Amino acid sequence: MQNDIVLSMKKICKTFPGVRALHDVDFTLRKGEIHAVMGENGAGKSTLIKVLTGVYQKDSGTINIEGADGEITIRSPQEAQKYGISTVYQEIMLCPNLTVAENIYIGRYKDPIIQWRKTYKESGKILESLGIPANPKQQLGSCSLAVQQMVAIARAVDMDCKVLILDEPTSSLDEKEVKMIFTLMRNLRSRGVGILFVTHFLEQVYEVCDRITVLRNGELVGEYEIESLPKVKLVEKMIGKTLDDLSLIHKKEEAYKEDTAPAYEAVGLSSNVCTNSFDFKIYKGEINGFTGLLGSGRSECVRAIFGADKVSGGEVRIGGKKTRINKPIEAMNKGIGYLPEDRKQDGIIEDLSVRENIILALQVMKGFFKPFTRSEAEAYANEFIKSLGIKTPSADTPIKSLSGGNQQKVILARWLLTHPQYLILDEPTRGIDIGTKVEIQKLVLKLAEEGVSVTFISSEIEEMLRTCSRLIVMRDRSIVGELRGDEITQDKVMSTIAKGSERDEE
Amino acid sequence: MKNDIRQSGRSRNDFTQLLIPIIAIVSLFVFNMLRDPSFFSIALTVNNEGNYVLAGNLISILNSASELAILAMGMTLVTSSSGGQDISVGATAAIAGSVFVSALRNGNITPPVVLLGFLACCAVSILVGAFNGVLVAVFKIQPMIATLILFTSGRSIAYWINGGATPTVSSPIIKAIGGFIPGVPVPTPVFIVIICCLAFFLLFKWTNLGFYTQVVGINQRAAHLNGINSTWIKILTFMILGICVAIAGCIRVSRLGLINHETILAEIEMDAILAVAIGGNALSGGKFKMSGSLIGAYAIQALTTTLYAMKVSSMEIKAYKAVVIILMVFIGSPVVKDTTNRLLRKLTTKKIPAIIERS
Amino acid sequence: MSRDASRNMPGNTRREPISDTQLLLSISIFVFIGMYALAIIIWGGGFSRPQQLFDMLNNNAYLIILSCGLTIVMIAGGIDISVGGVTALVVMACVVGLETQGQSVGASMLMAVGIGLAFGVVQGYLVSYLNIQPFIVTLAGMFFARGLTTIVSVEPRTVKNAAFLALKDARIEIPWLGYTAKNGSLIPGRIEGGVIVALILVALVYIMLKRTRLGRNLYAVGGNAQSALMLGVNVRRTRFMSYIICGLLAGIGGFVFLTHTAAGNATNAAGAEMNAIASSIIGGTLLSGGVGNVIGSLFGTLILSTIKSIVQASGLRDPWWQSITTGAMLCIFILLQSIVLSNRSKGRLSRKLTRGALGQ
Repeated sequence: MQNDIVLSMKKICKTFPGVRALHDVDFTLRKGEIHAVMGENGAGKSTLIKVLTGVYQKDSGTINIEGADGEITIRSPQEAQKYGISTVYQEIMLCPNLTVAENIYIGRYKDPIIQWRKTYKESGKILESLGIPANPKQQLGSCSLAVQQMVAIARAVDMDCKVLILDEPTSSLDEKEVKMIFTLMRNLRSRGVGILFVTHFLEQVYEVCDRITVLRNGELVGEYEIESLPKVKLVEKMIGKTLDDLSLIHKKEEAYKEDTAPAYEAVGLSSNVCTNSFDFKIYKGEINGFTGLLGSGRSECVRAIFGADKVSGGEVRIGGKKTRINKPIEAMNKGIGYLPEDRKQDGIIEDLSVRENIILALQVMKGFFKPFTRSEAEAYANEFIKSLGIKTPSADTPIKSLSGGNQQKVILARWLLTHPQYLILDEPTRGIDIGTKVEIQKLVLKLAEEGVSVTFISSEIEEMLRTCSRLIVMRDRSIVGELRGDEITQDKVMSTIAKGSERDEE
Repeated sequence: MKNDIRQSGRSRNDFTQLLIPIIAIVSLFVFNMLRDPSFFSIALTVNNEGNYVLAGNLISILNSASELAILAMGMTLVTSSSGGQDISVGATAAIAGSVFVSALRNGNITPPVVLLGFLACCAVSILVGAFNGVLVAVFKIQPMIATLILFTSGRSIAYWINGGATPTVSSPIIKAIGGFIPGVPVPTPVFIVIICCLAFFLLFKWTNLGFYTQVVGINQRAAHLNGINSTWIKILTFMILGICVAIAGCIRVSRLGLINHETILAEIEMDAILAVAIGGNALSGGKFKMSGSLIGAYAIQALTTTLYAMKVSSMEIKAYKAVVIILMVFIGSPVVKDTTNRLLRKLTTKKIPAIIERS
Repeated sequence: MSRDASRNMPGNTRREPISDTQLLLSISIFVFIGMYALAIIIWGGGFSRPQQLFDMLNNNAYLIILSCGLTIVMIAGGIDISVGGVTALVVMACVVGLETQGQSVGASMLMAVGIGLAFGVVQGYLVSYLNIQPFIVTLAGMFFARGLTTIVSVEPRTVKNAAFLALKDARIEIPWLGYTAKNGSLIPGRIEGGVIVALILVALVYIMLKRTRLGRNLYAVGGNAQSALMLGVNVRRTRFMSYIICGLLAGIGGFVFLTHTAAGNATNAAGAEMNAIASSIIGGTLLSGGVGNVIGSLFGTLILSTIKSIVQASGLRDPWWQSITTGAMLCIFILLQSIVLSNRSKGRLSRKLTRGALGQ
């Protein structure tokens, strides 16, 4: 079996000032396997990948790759490519202003003169052989994210890569697109490519992977065959404790009363991106959720509620009283908070401190001419850093240097500080580690007990099953069903989504 | 943002940001000390009007940097909110100055008339600022391109307002604004800068202007979702820069007693942008430090005055200025900084074991 | 989106959407043709003669060359505001060289190219290898060049070198594009040598951008430098090259300027950098990088000079009108581009949404 191994990393260590990112980590990749690297945020996955791709230099340890004699050192992404290591990142690392064909070839043209006809013909062949639905002459920016991701993979494949690193390629894709990527991955596996797959979605790991390497706190926990490691065990190994925490989460059944006026009610609401008008209401202390596949319009709906896009019609009542919400500030003043789906693009103010990020929303509500004093702001920030357990060196640290989970907590703190009556959480648990996920779910339940209405959106249906007492099912940008109480099961959700499609076709 | 490959994570603290401009000023002073200690002499002399006034190179630096300092402060805000620079400030100052002069030429120059003239010129340059701001914020045009329009045509508009002449104004009040108030030995523009600094300080203390501007400059989408009207904030910063331009234009007109649309504050936009950059502020916007720009402005003026003191002609000065600028940004460049840091770290890590061994 | 593409692919005749670069280019070509046609209809006479167009080219040959350089730098996501200063320096240095040092024409050509290259290399190094903001570096470059120009000579000078004057007066005559003067003699269309140089350079740069590895790398770096780095493009070297080429072109531009005027003055080519930037922008190059075309920059220069001619032809002889109308046209153009591009991205968004809706 020895000659099956394409890549072996042994005793890899990497230290950053103050942080031991990797300590004696081993990793072995075989030909024609899909190998998941799992771990919570900060476990060292991305450091491992960056060492492998030459973004970081390892401090010690050895890397061997098939086809190269002895130890190799990788100093740059280009060098990694030379050894046959290619990477596809979560954020698409291609040039949107170039054509699909060019994106496959840029950076590795051999001749100084480009032969366009040959480029188009050969890229067309590659796309076709991998079943990627894209025109080589198309500008990449006009393709969907999934196709862009697939073009990135096609590029890697064309470079005769032996090791393909997929760093969360699926996190911004919907289920159907994920399936397309998986088909492509299996296709490559059969060609003998070793694939290193990093993802936060456990289901995806079990759907497509052969082997799992688990990291925790920069150390190797172990390497496992997928069959020998049930999901619960995997999670245990990742977070280093048993999953009691999850079972502690109980939602209170129907803690709210429906006979009073709803805390928030919308009739025929629509916005310029959420063109199908919809009705919606939520009661005091209720947790409901929008579910549906990515792109089904869940985010657009809640954005319309918050006035984040241009509201084009509909009637809104808060506590039974008719009102208007056209801008975020109006929603905020009426006690609505909104944690956006895309933390990096819509949430954090990256160069500003944790303190400033926390007070932002409350400050805006208080007004342009009434800034908080330094001590007020400090008090608010410290309160939430403590109560949410935000791991930061100080309140003055720029938020960009925090980990994803802690950034998310800061954004949560920002909205909790405004003491909202109605809090909208759009994918609050995406891309963060399981420990924090559980904390956030618990927090949501606690808020509801305190009488806050919460709308919760998550791609992981299980999370919603655990927390929501009412689920609104969406498909194709309109609401196709509503589930409550005992109806809320995974099967039921799935069948409602499916039923919706049948109805469409009738 | 996407144009620069950022150095990872390491946040610069407040002090290092101010280090470069401070080093620049200090080294200029040290250089002058070695060259000619009399550079620093300050004398009390009598000027043409018979007032006792302070004179000397230091006073001259403080005095002649006034317009630049005021513009640099406004430019900092615009840079932060929009991630670009206003290159039309010189041309706008010409327009503002022309309005000021034409308001004064209509009758007796009394304090209310001067005030009215100033307000009129503020109104015009706020309008110009709003025009630029709308192009940038509403039509999403890059600031440098949007302001290229007035950069091209602004001085001609000033010429048109003046009716094709270079009108002069002369009055004790104007002299007092541009020079010295009788009985006060310090030039008036210095006080105007202090008033402007105070105004900005209070503006930041009493309003959220600074905070909102940075939020908008760093992440506009997040700003929108947190209820900040980023369009308005951007336009506002351009309008505030407009006021700065009006003040700078009026100071310069009062100093000279005339307006020449071609030469008034020519190329000052370049110096203002330079001051912002030397002050350690990213020209791509976001977080800013106004004190940095202010010190940057005085550093530039200190350099100019030093060169004048060395009898370099006003045209040739540019060449020397360029060399110093390059030296400054070279020292401040991320690559050089990292290399020196690495060297320092190597030196210290080598030293530590040696010390341990000895002890 | 995938399904969209898969649905379209088999039956579709492989029609790919027009790219941003092409869209902006066609706008500027249409505007130029429209404006020129309008000028012919309204003012007739001068505009209907080909010589009018030739004169525009003759007067702006150096500007065309400078905007080629700027287009390259801007496509790579940078900016170079030193080109006007470099032009002035080259002009002055060559005049002094030819007149007082007894340089030959060839030597002064070499010197022009050398000065341009030197600026390109130093600025390019500072920007790309030391990560200093390009605006600041090239601003310093501009100051340096302008200052050096006055150090070389404060006095305006003219060239009297015979060989050079022969070169200056060389014209390419095209009889069939000429016109009949009032006294009945046929005056052939006359094109200066500088125009030929400029057009050749435009063609070369066009080929470079379109067909060479370096050209495509420039677009990649301007589109997304981080991605380009990850894709194996040598970002630093590519940026470095863009400044070197721009400096080289500024040097050549300076010499072409000299062949047009045969005189050196410290204020030569004042504001040329902004004119060149404006030409590139009007021609459809985005300051943010990644989108642009050198043919567009040629038309951008022509549009700017057509505006000047129109202003003169329409009898607005006061000196301020020219730049006020230029500013106004620039404003209209910039707004037009902004509206077109934003509608386009909106169109894209709505397409994406409908695709999302139809997809599942």
